[in-house]
Amino acid sequence: MPELLATPPAAAIDHHVEVRGLATVLGGKTIFDGVDIDIPRGQVTAIMGPSGCGKTTLLRHLTGQRRPDAGSIRVDGHEVPRLSRQALFELREKIGYLFQNSALLTDFSVFENVAFPLRQHLRLPEALVRNIVLTKLQAVGLRGAAALMPDELSGGMARRVALARAIIRDPALILYDEPFVGLDPVALNQIVKLIRTLKNTLGLTSILVAHEFSAVSRVADHVYLLAGGKIVAHGTPAELARGDSPWTRQFFGGEADGPVPFHYPARDYAADLGFPVAGRP
Amino acid sequence: MSGARRSSVAGDALAQIGACGLFLLQILAAVPGSLRHFRETVRQVWFVGAMSLVIIMTCGLFVGMVLGLQLYYVLSIFGGTAALGTVVSLSLYRELGPVVTALLFAGRAGTSMTAEIGLMRATDQLSAMEMMAVDPLAYVVAPRFLAGLVALPLLTCVFNALGIFGAHLVGVSWLGLDNGMFWSNMTASVDVWKDVINGVWKSVAFGGVVALIAVFQGYTAPPTSEGVAYATTRTVVSSSIVVLALDFVMTAFLM
Amino acid sequence: MTQQRRSYQIGTGLFIVLGFAALGYLATQTTSVANFSQGPSYTLEASFTNIGQLKLRAPVKLAGVRIGSVESISLDPSHLDAVVRLAIDQRYDEIPDDSSASIFTSGLLGDQYVGIQPGGSPDMFKDGDQFVLTQSSMQLEDLIGKFLVSGSPPKPADAAPPAAEEKH
Repeated sequence: MPELLATPPAAAIDHHVEVRGLATVLGGKTIFDGVDIDIPRGQVTAIMGPSGCGKTTLLRHLTGQRRPDAGSIRVDGHEVPRLSRQALFELREKIGYLFQNSALLTDFSVFENVAFPLRQHLRLPEALVRNIVLTKLQAVGLRGAAALMPDELSGGMARRVALARAIIRDPALILYDEPFVGLDPVALNQIVKLIRTLKNTLGLTSILVAHEFSAVSRVADHVYLLAGGKIVAHGTPAELARGDSPWTRQFFGGEADGPVPFHYPARDYAADLGFPVAGRP
Repeated sequence: MSGARRSSVAGDALAQIGACGLFLLQILAAVPGSLRHFRETVRQVWFVGAMSLVIIMTCGLFVGMVLGLQLYYVLSIFGGTAALGTVVSLSLYRELGPVVTALLFAGRAGTSMTAEIGLMRATDQLSAMEMMAVDPLAYVVAPRFLAGLVALPLLTCVFNALGIFGAHLVGVSWLGLDNGMFWSNMTASVDVWKDVINGVWKSVAFGGVVALIAVFQGYTAPPTSEGVAYATTRTVVSSSIVVLALDFVMTAFLM
Repeated sequence: MTQQRRSYQIGTGLFIVLGFAALGYLATQTTSVANFSQGPSYTLEASFTNIGQLKLRAPVKLAGVRIGSVESISLDPSHLDAVVRLAIDQRYDEIPDDSSASIFTSGLLGDQYVGIQPGGSPDMFKDGDQFVLTQSSMQLEDLIGKFLVSGSPPKPADAAPPAAEEKH
């Protein structure tokens, strides 16, 4: 059924992240059942799929916040599930993570939020901290908002501040968890532009978890389609858009019914309404 | 049926106590790491200590005044009003000061700790710290625990001082008790170690217990608004019960 | 930002100072510590045949006013007397040298203290002087014992408790 999965990962490509045979069961529900993913270095890879298919869980696995039941996850050559807490923290210092709800620290101003990772890990002169923070805020267009508190920001602004915080230490890998959710078209375009700029100027490896295909197709170099605990399709956005498997048709073609059923599993409709069903009294 | 339910309630309570104890070990393990965030501890002492001063001082004053009135009445029956200062100060130092301050502290600072940490969990701020390679136990939890440990004894001392002042106000200024009698009887029978310092030890223990329960409830609260609200209620209920029970145990040991 | 941080640090500092000030006040002004005279003092000695429950730092009073405290208690091996050294505040330096020292109990069951009854001598006590006249502690047990024994002469050998029963 997976249409493009057969292509073996080319050995020549340098993979920043390699996932092999990932399997996870959460609360009795199978989230992943033998998932293989390769994230090429310096490119934007999108993980797409219907809501609740475990996209955020995948990011938690990649960053060691949750251990998978089986499988191997290699980030920069480190086997994440086997790292000690100390080694995990060292690895995370080189990873940026953009949370779906921004997760800014409510006690601190925008400036202090962005400066937080610097202050926690490095002892830099105040003037240098100020320069770095203002540079990153300028990059997301919010230098003027440095003195605001998080509760004074709109959703789009908060996400851009969180992005500035995620890149404050110049990570090599950045993970975006649903960066487009709940944004108006203007804010969405700003985020799309930022993701593209970061990739082009800093050569960041980016992993994007999302379900808005129109936005994803403008930034992603590769797309993995995740459904039912497996990778059901994989390729460039253009390949997936003209793909003709039922999965891609439903997901990118906008059909309401398909492999992802419209109806939640239920008993027989007629029986539920109290009508006599053939074969039963 | 009801027996089974009762045993599961007991099991839940035991599990909570066990989880809380393990959490204490985790916090203690994180304390050395939290020294790097010393500034955060200072900030928490400010929030839970200095910001509670007004309520503590007001309550201390009124408790002292009520004690002054009540005991003056009772002592006057036996012609022993001269002992007013002694009785007020002893009951404040040994019991009322540490216990009432701890209960007020649970309501004022404990709930805000629980709600704050619970909301930080619900809004992914704790996960964000994890992802920025900052240990939330060392950065968020341990400083609040330490702040409780430091702030409550200090608040208790302020409470006691205001209580004595309130009793003096009522007994001496209003009811006309002799000033020298009030103080000399007090100084003659209050002992620094047995009364004042033992009371301080009690409040150190209460500070640790209240802060532990507050951060535990916040840290383990379900990340929803009801979860946080329920955890906040539980902080007040459990810490009040534990403070009163621990007070009995410590009184038995310290007497 | 830095300004804000500074202000709460100052506030926290004030809070901690206030808390310790309150502790210091409670510990020194409202407890028996307040009774330890810190000022300059001179020492007098008094011998008693029995000091009862007298403790170190017990008050020394003259006419009911506290003028010093018990500095040390020791046994004189040659006379088998208790030697009590009293530290008297320097400002009370006009105590006649024929004054007498007694051990009293405050109230019926209270703590014991040393009381001084002034004499009429024109000479005053100097540092290191000794009381000539002393009266030992009144032992409550002895008093009760004497009273009960005298109250039931037929059985002088019997101890107090049976005697008490007979009275019923």
